[in-house]
Amino acid sequence: MKKQAVSLPETSLNDGIFIEDLRSQMVKFASMQLGDIHLAEDTVQEALAGALTNADHFAGRSALKTWVFAILKNKIADALRHKKRLVNVSSLIGDDDENDDFAEHLFNQRRHWQLDERPTSWGDPEASFRQQQFWIVFEACLDGLPDKQARVFMMREFIELDTDEICEATGITASNLFVLLHRARLRLQVCLGNKWYSNGERS
Amino acid sequence: MMNCQKITRLVSEAQDRPLTLGEKLSLRTHLMMCSGCRNYEKNLPSLRLMMKSFAKGSDVQNTDPSKPSKSDSHPKTSDK
Repeated sequence: MKKQAVSLPETSLNDGIFIEDLRSQMVKFASMQLGDIHLAEDTVQEALAGALTNADHFAGRSALKTWVFAILKNKIADALRHKKRLVNVSSLIGDDDENDDFAEHLFNQRRHWQLDERPTSWGDPEASFRQQQFWIVFEACLDGLPDKQARVFMMREFIELDTDEICEATGITASNLFVLLHRARLRLQVCLGNKWYSNGERS
Repeated sequence: MMNCQKITRLVSEAQDRPLTLGEKLSLRTHLMMCSGCRNYEKNLPSLRLMMKSFAKGSDVQNTDPSKPSKSDSHPKTSDK
């Protein structure tokens, strides 16, 4: 693979290990979304090449990472929109999400909230956005999602496709999609509630 | 009356499609009586906000989301 031979400013881009690590995170994300490792690698390569030309705008590694992922996000959206049925259907409709028993311990037999699982108010959540630690917790919660939920949730909320586009790209029905999104949101809200907004009271 | 598990699903679907009148009515009625679901409904838009913020990296000051990707002017090198 050809490396860009431009002279780079003193940034993390000079750090081959950092770039390689970033690249592999991007490939992992892109192949999850696209369901095609070769297309994922090509897409990441394009996104990285685009980012490298703007390298001097970035003061730090997290800024750079955010930037390349923003570019990658747009490229994945294009790829998903232009190639119908890109994602293998059978890889989306499988048994691990069908048998998701996560809700079992949240709700009682009458399907109402267990007392100690009842959501509490997050107050002003945007205050936490400024804290680096919050985003670490947030990413950990995202990482905890089962694969299929993660894939459609990221398509919906990160790539920002609409639901029709997701159904078209994945071949799942709208009602399947709604179930997966619902489960992902439930998990995320519970995860953030327990790990961030509860101050450890309910854990 | 709808149970909390169904209500959380409706709250989620409200982010993806318009609810029917009947669904809205069930939702409102339930929320009046259930603080857990009320909080769930109140928190869910924050989750969307977090994803937007996460994607844009608003915790990082010096990214400029308005800046277009230059990658189109750099055709991919097909060096395989």
